[in-house]
Amino acid sequence: MAEHRSAGPERYPGYDVLTKRRSPSWNDKTREVIDARLRTPREPRFFDIHELATVQAIAAIITPQPAHRVPVPVAELIDHKLYIDRQDGYRAADMPRERTAWRRGIAALDAESNSTHGRPFRELEPREQEELLRRMEQGDLHDPVWGGMPPKTFFTQRLLTDVVDAYWSYPTAWSEMGYGGPASPRGYVRMGYDERDPWEPAEAHGDDALEARRINQRIR
Amino acid sequence: MPDDPLTEPRARNGRAPDVFRPGGWVPMRQFRDDEEVDFVIVGTGAGGGTLACRLAEAGFTVVALDAGPWFRPLEDFASDEAEQTKLYWTDDRISTGSNPVQLGSNNSGKGVGGSTVHFAMVSLRFRPEWFKSRTLLGYGADWPIDWREMWGYYREVEEALKISGPVNYPWGPKRPRYPYRAHELNAAGLALAEGCEALGIPWTETPIATLSAPRGRAHPCVYRGFCVTGCSTNAKQSALVTWIPRAVAAGAEIRDLAMVGRIEVKHPTGGHEARATGVHYVREGRWRFQHARHVVVAGYAIETPRLLFNSADQHHPQGLANSSGLVGKYFTVQANQAVWGLSEREIRSYKGPPSLALTEHWNYCDAKDFFGGYCYMSQGPLPQLWARVQSTNRGLWGNRLMRAMQDYNHQVGLKIVGEFLAQERNCVTLADDKDQYGLPIPRVEYSWCDNDVALIDHALAFMRRALEAIGATDIWDQRDDTCHMAGTCRMGDDPRTSVVDGDCRSWDIRNLFVCDGSVFPTTGGVNPSLTIQALACRTADRIRALAARGEL
Repeated sequence: MAEHRSAGPERYPGYDVLTKRRSPSWNDKTREVIDARLRTPREPRFFDIHELATVQAIAAIITPQPAHRVPVPVAELIDHKLYIDRQDGYRAADMPRERTAWRRGIAALDAESNSTHGRPFRELEPREQEELLRRMEQGDLHDPVWGGMPPKTFFTQRLLTDVVDAYWSYPTAWSEMGYGGPASPRGYVRMGYDERDPWEPAEAHGDDALEARRINQRIR
Repeated sequence: MPDDPLTEPRARNGRAPDVFRPGGWVPMRQFRDDEEVDFVIVGTGAGGGTLACRLAEAGFTVVALDAGPWFRPLEDFASDEAEQTKLYWTDDRISTGSNPVQLGSNNSGKGVGGSTVHFAMVSLRFRPEWFKSRTLLGYGADWPIDWREMWGYYREVEEALKISGPVNYPWGPKRPRYPYRAHELNAAGLALAEGCEALGIPWTETPIATLSAPRGRAHPCVYRGFCVTGCSTNAKQSALVTWIPRAVAAGAEIRDLAMVGRIEVKHPTGGHEARATGVHYVREGRWRFQHARHVVVAGYAIETPRLLFNSADQHHPQGLANSSGLVGKYFTVQANQAVWGLSEREIRSYKGPPSLALTEHWNYCDAKDFFGGYCYMSQGPLPQLWARVQSTNRGLWGNRLMRAMQDYNHQVGLKIVGEFLAQERNCVTLADDKDQYGLPIPRVEYSWCDNDVALIDHALAFMRRALEAIGATDIWDQRDDTCHMAGTCRMGDDPRTSVVDGDCRSWDIRNLFVCDGSVFPTTGGVNPSLTIQALACRTADRIRALAARGEL
């Protein structure tokens, strides 16, 4: 079972893709869209506050965030996606569209949680939340509130997809994984094995974390 | 104040966006709706964009309509996966069957240039035998076209896109040299090469539609790695920056944000044959009708049959061009399975075009236990896509997912483009739900057959060996992914078993053409864009020849 804390030591200490914001790696359009993402409203415009709290609880289980970085507002990013009604472009025959799927999925999760624990999902212990999500993933939930929407499909195609898309759309996630980030128009020059352009992050290997941090903090 | 190409058409008032200049414009000829043009083309991607160019250059009057926006990549494209979903066809669609296909970002573009704006640029020729796979290889269906003729059109498209490719291509009949030199390999490409060498099969630099040297106002590729989310430097030779500017210069009119909902067909009395008279389309909130002497549908394998179905009338209750009953049938996608592993060395596969190296060995070697073939290529998924693969395909979430994502810079992958067999039961039909234009949405059904599964198993086992041979660890199979589409208006030489003839002309309505991947009776094991464009060039030449003989 997962522990609800960050996953091990930092691989790319001190690296932040945002230090390249004014560099030739970011064109104007990139600055515009990332700036807007960083300003994603914290007040929900599609979810109500209880639904938002439920999605926040889900996100904390699916994408447990590192303590040392700027938090990713996963639930708020999903709220934004639903507010502007951005669609994937396809769905299973027994799946409703994005907005309906989320509304119903949250209601069903609360119904399941209320019947097994007597409390809504957002008020459960993380271990209990994880167990319910595990059962959803396996299709082992049957409350009538699901209304014919398969819990398993909702888990993979809606919940997991949207949480993961939201988390990895945020600069925090890119910095954490050592991704070069936006790259227009500068691109890259050094392409081979173990080759790193000066504007790419250095990976910490065992005892050289300080050296990696020194390099990464100077990246522009 | 910059305009918003997603909400306001740019192609108006006698001008079109200049894709090579931020804020720039070029003059464009415009036609009135009531002017009967020679051709109205629905869709401006690899099929429609190419055909619009070639027909306009041949002197025909052409209006081409695209449902999506007309971008200027230099100012509109961000280095950001989420933002760039604006390139995809994300209107509502239902995907069902035993192996439902993945649509949206995978294979559907909405915008001038179509899917070529976000394709991976891999530009491969068919193996010659595939044009006669029924006769020569014992499966699928023969194309009503000879490979030697296609060889000439492949050459034309490779020149038009200045394809960068190897000096010698290891497979198939001798071909002329590629116009531009091959790109240097990134580590992901080198890993593919090492694996092939270890297993004793040939590999090559991928012939690819991104510039390795300057061309006109475009710079060479800067290896930023965002190819499948749109090239912001114009190195990518999409239809948007190649065929479309040529088409406009030759006098074609391209209309953006123009969604076609219905083809109008006239049925004269007295035994005269039915003829298409134009298309109903919605633009700026208003339904309009463009008159035309000929109609070309180029919406790709889902939107093309959908439009033919949505154009049903009392004389064609099953949809237009459908006397064979095969419109929407034989929907075929290509296999897109992958094997992933971890390398000790840093790969950083986000750098450079994602598929710089490939092997077509299993397309040309027939010692296999299945029909068809596959190529496989090196990979370079960006973070959102990679996280989706790790979560929805591999089943990781929670701390296992977070840990796996930390290995991003060491992951190495091989992925196939493989030939699934064309099956009549796989199909596109209409659902009851409506889209934002009030049109019935498509329902797409897909199930693998035993041969498809055998191909997948073969490919996954072989690529696993290739990754093991280079010392990769934590190897796992990605069994579920879909790429290119084909087949819903298959061409043939018999009106009972095909929708269009070898000239891509409807058997039923002779002034109605289909010009996109939906005419493919079989897909082969290579990316289809080069073949779609080559076919469009051939169709343009055939139209010109027919017109010269008074047979159009």
